[in-house]
Amino acid sequence: MTERPRILIAAGCGINCEEELAAAWELVGAAPEIVLLGDLFEQTHPLDGCQAFCLPGGFSFGDDLGSGMVLAGRLRHRRTGAGERFADHLRRFLDRGGFVLGICNGFQVLVKMGLLPNLAGTWVQEVTLATNASRRFENRWCHLRANPDTPATHLAGLDRLELPVRHGEGRLLTGDPAVLEQIRRRGLDFLHYTDAAGHATAAYPANPNGSDGAIAGLVDPTGRVIGLMPHPEAFLHPTLHPDWPARRRGAAGDDGTADGLRFFIALRRAIEEPLPRPSHHSLSRGASFGSFTNPS
Amino acid sequence: MATGIVRWIKRTLPDPTGARVAEQARRWLGLETGEVRTAKVFLVPDHLGEATHRRLAEEGLRDAVLHEVALDALPAWPEFRAALRVARRPGVTDDEGRSAQRVLADLLDQPLPGHQDIFTQDLYLFTNPLAPADLERLGRELLANPLIERVEALTPETAFAATPALPRPPEGGQPRSFFPPCALAEEAGPRPGQPGKEANQPLAPGASLHAEPSRSPGGPETEADLRSDRLTLKTPLASASAVPIMDPSPKVQAPDQPVDGMPQIPAAVFGPRSFPRGDAATSPLAPEVPASDPCPNLTRARDRAAPTFRLPAPESDNGPSLVHSEYTSYTSAPEFTPAIPETSTRDEAPVAARPLVDPTVEVIPLPDRSDELLALSRARLLSLDLAEMEAIRDYYARPEVQDARRAAGLPPSSPTDAELEIIGQTWSEHCKHKEFAATIVCRDLDTGEETVVDSLFRTFIRRPTELLRAEQRRVGTDWLVKVFDDNAGVVKIDDRRLFVWKVETHNSPSALDPYGGALTGIVGNNRDPLGTGRGGARLLFNTDVLCFAPPDDASPLFPGQLPPHRMLQGVRRGIEDGGNKSGVPTVNGAIVFDPRYRAKPLVYCGTGAVLPATLAGRPAWEKEIAPGDLIVMAGGRVGRDGIHGATFSSAAAAPDSPASAVQIGSPLTQKMLSDFLARACADGLVKCCTDNGAGGLSSSVGELAWSCGGAAVQLEAVPLKYPGLRPWEIFLSESQERMTLVVKPDHWPALQALADRLEVEVSCLGQFTATGRLEVRFGDRPVADLELAFLHDGVPRKRLEAVWRAPVTSPARLPADLETGRVVKRLLRRWNICSRESVIRQYDHEVKGRTVIKPLMGPRGIAPQDAAVVRVDFSDFVGIAVANGICPRYGDLDAYAMSAGAFDEAVRQIIAVGGRLPRRDRADHRFWSGNDNFCVPDSVFDPETNPDGREKLGKLVRMCQALADLSLAYGVPMTSGKDSMKNDFRCGREKISVPPTVLYSLTARIDDVRRVTTAEFKRPGDLVFLVGPTRDELGGSELLDELGLHGGAVPQVRPAEARARYDRLSDAHEAGLLASCHDLSDGGLAVALAEAAFGGDLGADLELPARGLPTPVWLFSETHSRFLVTVPPPQVEAFTTLFGEDALRLGAVTSQPRLRLRREGRPVLDEPLADLFAAWNRDLEA
Repeated sequence: MTERPRILIAAGCGINCEEELAAAWELVGAAPEIVLLGDLFEQTHPLDGCQAFCLPGGFSFGDDLGSGMVLAGRLRHRRTGAGERFADHLRRFLDRGGFVLGICNGFQVLVKMGLLPNLAGTWVQEVTLATNASRRFENRWCHLRANPDTPATHLAGLDRLELPVRHGEGRLLTGDPAVLEQIRRRGLDFLHYTDAAGHATAAYPANPNGSDGAIAGLVDPTGRVIGLMPHPEAFLHPTLHPDWPARRRGAAGDDGTADGLRFFIALRRAIEEPLPRPSHHSLSRGASFGSFTNPS
Repeated sequence: MATGIVRWIKRTLPDPTGARVAEQARRWLGLETGEVRTAKVFLVPDHLGEATHRRLAEEGLRDAVLHEVALDALPAWPEFRAALRVARRPGVTDDEGRSAQRVLADLLDQPLPGHQDIFTQDLYLFTNPLAPADLERLGRELLANPLIERVEALTPETAFAATPALPRPPEGGQPRSFFPPCALAEEAGPRPGQPGKEANQPLAPGASLHAEPSRSPGGPETEADLRSDRLTLKTPLASASAVPIMDPSPKVQAPDQPVDGMPQIPAAVFGPRSFPRGDAATSPLAPEVPASDPCPNLTRARDRAAPTFRLPAPESDNGPSLVHSEYTSYTSAPEFTPAIPETSTRDEAPVAARPLVDPTVEVIPLPDRSDELLALSRARLLSLDLAEMEAIRDYYARPEVQDARRAAGLPPSSPTDAELEIIGQTWSEHCKHKEFAATIVCRDLDTGEETVVDSLFRTFIRRPTELLRAEQRRVGTDWLVKVFDDNAGVVKIDDRRLFVWKVETHNSPSALDPYGGALTGIVGNNRDPLGTGRGGARLLFNTDVLCFAPPDDASPLFPGQLPPHRMLQGVRRGIEDGGNKSGVPTVNGAIVFDPRYRAKPLVYCGTGAVLPATLAGRPAWEKEIAPGDLIVMAGGRVGRDGIHGATFSSAAAAPDSPASAVQIGSPLTQKMLSDFLARACADGLVKCCTDNGAGGLSSSVGELAWSCGGAAVQLEAVPLKYPGLRPWEIFLSESQERMTLVVKPDHWPALQALADRLEVEVSCLGQFTATGRLEVRFGDRPVADLELAFLHDGVPRKRLEAVWRAPVTSPARLPADLETGRVVKRLLRRWNICSRESVIRQYDHEVKGRTVIKPLMGPRGIAPQDAAVVRVDFSDFVGIAVANGICPRYGDLDAYAMSAGAFDEAVRQIIAVGGRLPRRDRADHRFWSGNDNFCVPDSVFDPETNPDGREKLGKLVRMCQALADLSLAYGVPMTSGKDSMKNDFRCGREKISVPPTVLYSLTARIDDVRRVTTAEFKRPGDLVFLVGPTRDELGGSELLDELGLHGGAVPQVRPAEARARYDRLSDAHEAGLLASCHDLSDGGLAVALAEAAFGGDLGADLELPARGLPTPVWLFSETHSRFLVTVPPPQVEAFTTLFGEDALRLGAVTSQPRLRLRREGRPVLDEPLADLFAAWNRDLEA
């Protein structure tokens, strides 16, 4: 049996979603490890031996200065135990094929660090995630569709998904039409907000924040830095969808695997080829995963 | 002294905050502001040097795509004609400033200083040339709360025109490098058509962008200043080129340049600091030297010159190589110093950044005369009555007390200020619940019968729980782990997990500052579970219940009272920040509207948490303390905030309520504290802990000391936010985000190391002892020394009087021509019934990924639900259902029925989703854990101020009786709770009192969350049943209130009948018979039908029985213990067999989007779902 990929999940300092993110990785057969930022920076080789580094959702450092700003600065400038900047560790980690996943606040951090979309390859900020056009924090479920032509080929097959957004600053603004054009041309917009019929939309509330190009998530040109505003880790079990009690009576096309879990299955497949069959890892994980059948 | 880094959103990008301000100004003030843009000012100490300022601005604070930044300058937008600045008052939490400080520390890879010296302000720019009066109004009524913020109008019409902004980044969107070598002169010269240099006039000091130096943030301010809601309006900026909005005064207050009078300052000092920087002296932007002060009256604040930033002598001019050393000096020495004489303490401690303390300990002689004793209680805001003051006087008269005090070096016969404050706090209604502990003589005015209640708490709250626990033990179970004697109630989920539950009110602070009050309420209530048992619980969910005046209530406002819409908005925002930033889902709640909440809103915050059954191998719920254990304070620093919170909440609010009672919590500080605590507790480094809430250290240490046998505290070890605090203030301060930990001495080094790593401040304040005394010192100086027995048991028992008369029912006469369809839509629009979606969506209700029943469900995500259900963790499918019952309207008719109804409402909501009441006849592992929260007007009789106090207390007694009856009937115990006894707002002779209100917040174990049921219709063809009989109980209903009618029978709970129905419904859930289940409450059957129909996006075709009640009673009566359920056709037989006559078949769910209801063939209701939804879907504009 393949060794379970080791996934490092940052926590502490206002990060909130580390537990469900760890649960997601557990469910797809990876070996997540939650590490508090304070501990991360103590280490001499913080990213050694792991296949993915995750920045979960939350309000890192309170997000008072604009979402993700403080954590982005810390990851850029602070030195770790060995005296090297964390950013240097991160660069080497990416060079050797590591994955970085940022969800919601984590996505905001990656954007502000310049890791996404990273058109120029120099880690300078090229887009931003600004206050929602609705001017409100919103917790709402969205229809999404994966871009079939993204460099993150493993995510391209996800097709349509439903996931919740929970943010006040998720409006992707490019500030410059040329940037948006490049993102589109290179397929870095791997995830879009759509209407119920699956068409990308600018209309509120289907596009919950007014993002340019209906962009809900970005990847970098390597496809290994991934960021998205919606929360796949919030939909690990069918009972988390707002209409699950009706769906449990057998809506067509519902195969019982929650959309958020499909996202992580795809990611795990990308991280470690060949991927063991998902059922091997996830479906057999007892009570933590299951269909709607009543327990005995 | 400080440089303003100004940051704004680029003109080409939207400024949503500004747009919202414009909209709100129009909506609520009728004020046309034109376009509104916002800017943020970060005031950064000057001595860091400009290079560092620039670096912080450019690299740390600027979002390269979104922002432009400048030093000491506003954006150059000629179309903006007026501006307003909002600055926090000294000592008010400024998390943005702290974050900026963190950014700077990270940028320079330096340690974060413990004290704060970067502060922020907000600027609002308007295109309309608003008059100062309008700006003032905008500030006071929309943008700022004068209690905690200062507003300043900056009105020069052209002030913004010529200010150079940062140059735009080069085309192509690529951020430029730092410090571009751009030329200033070309970009920043005066523009055509703008006044030239000859028009320049001196810059008024008042037009400064900075805080007035004498009132630098963090410095002390007088009570009068804090209380004043007078705005400091400034003179308009003088001219177009008075661009750099600077304050000359700080410059001349550099350490070696004492100021006297208006300074004569070289122009260079005033040079524009917007960058790129040119030669200021020759820049066309440099204003001329002021010849004289153009507005001498504005120098007042500066002349007072109290606190200033005290800096070490600058080592050298700034330069890139000096950044490091500059920052080093920044972390170690500068501090705010108050206007108090330099003392040797500071000179002796050049390294420690410990701010100064005013070590004065006052001695307060106790007068003999009663009126003087009472005057003393009032003067020191002790909220103690005469008997209590006399008890204090008697204590100090005892010879053995006097001997002990002499020995301790304290005045033998008089208390110190600290002692009096400690007693006042410990004996406050808030902490001692004296009225719930009082002996109450109750007289029934109908029969003349007199009964004596020996403590409402013991008789009606604790006793039922004790009886239920005894019953549990008899049948072989015991899930009540810890009730009433810790910060929160603890019950057993299973052998490895405990559930911790606490609901509290935070009313008085929310009345003064709705945002800060609600935020502090949530964050503070979250600390209760964290401080339960050993500590280290993980928070699972929040629930919030709010009572306000309707947003459109137009009653005249008393001075200091905020309009209802601001209360609602502020509290809503506080909950958003408090819950969302804490990473705790707000899974449900309630909002109740009644005009009588207009002066004092009720803000109930509930927190559920999970504690592992054992921590480091020992039971997690225990609190073990031994003499010799260390007293450790962890978390935020101590300021003057919240002093007198405990005593203040024990008194009526008034326009001059102390502003120090206002606090603003910091969710981040607490999140970091709770991460640290969870780790420290799991590692066994903490023996136990408790939170610092009302009463601060005095309360937390006092309580822990009582269980251990004594404590000795050294106050000089307490880290302070700013100087000037007296010892008693340090001990009583309610500064937020602090926990008191009990730590074994040999664990202290490891705990400190962990705290350092996780950026949490910990300090050791002393030790627990076995002396039976609470000893407090500041250095060598004794501050307080009190016998714990006196402190905790010395408060005289109150004896109160209550009267009661059975309510008289008069029939309600409904108009004969009630148009049912229209009435239903009117009801759906009512504030108490309409959609809460606009509020709910702004709360994160599913962070943690476990919320199985969210507040809104269904195919369109709009169906309102009864109880919320949350999965405990990812290891299995055990969940917890949580519901709130509250129905104050019924209390106007019958306090007992109101309390019983609220209890039943919470129970039936949990039954509706699939909970089951505890079985009485055999062991049942499914816990229920309830919290009661009473919020009542002052119920202590006083012939002058409270002539109907006896009647009010009679109502409270009846409410408590209902609690006991229902708790025993349903087998649902209370495990914690709170009473808030003084919910009145006084202004002169006038008084606004809340209606007597009780909230029951119930939680119950759900064995398998995959089997719960939601409220909305699921599928066409399912059959619709009304479960439970409907009675003519329109008294207090939404219908009568809508029609402006009175009378009617108030709904009564019939617990035996209800209990049988609930058990059958639980059977139906378990057998999988139900497709949907919705409880009936406000608006009765009609509203429940509408919600279930549009919630499921499905219609229904229904028929009411011909016999029985009049149609409006069927539709709108609010009889308790009823449900609207739908049953799939295959299950109908089993369902009807189970329920028999108790379930009335109304019809079937249809795919046609229409709600149709007939009676005897005639239509009663025939409405498209879209119309019903449109009526209900109202924005609360919060």
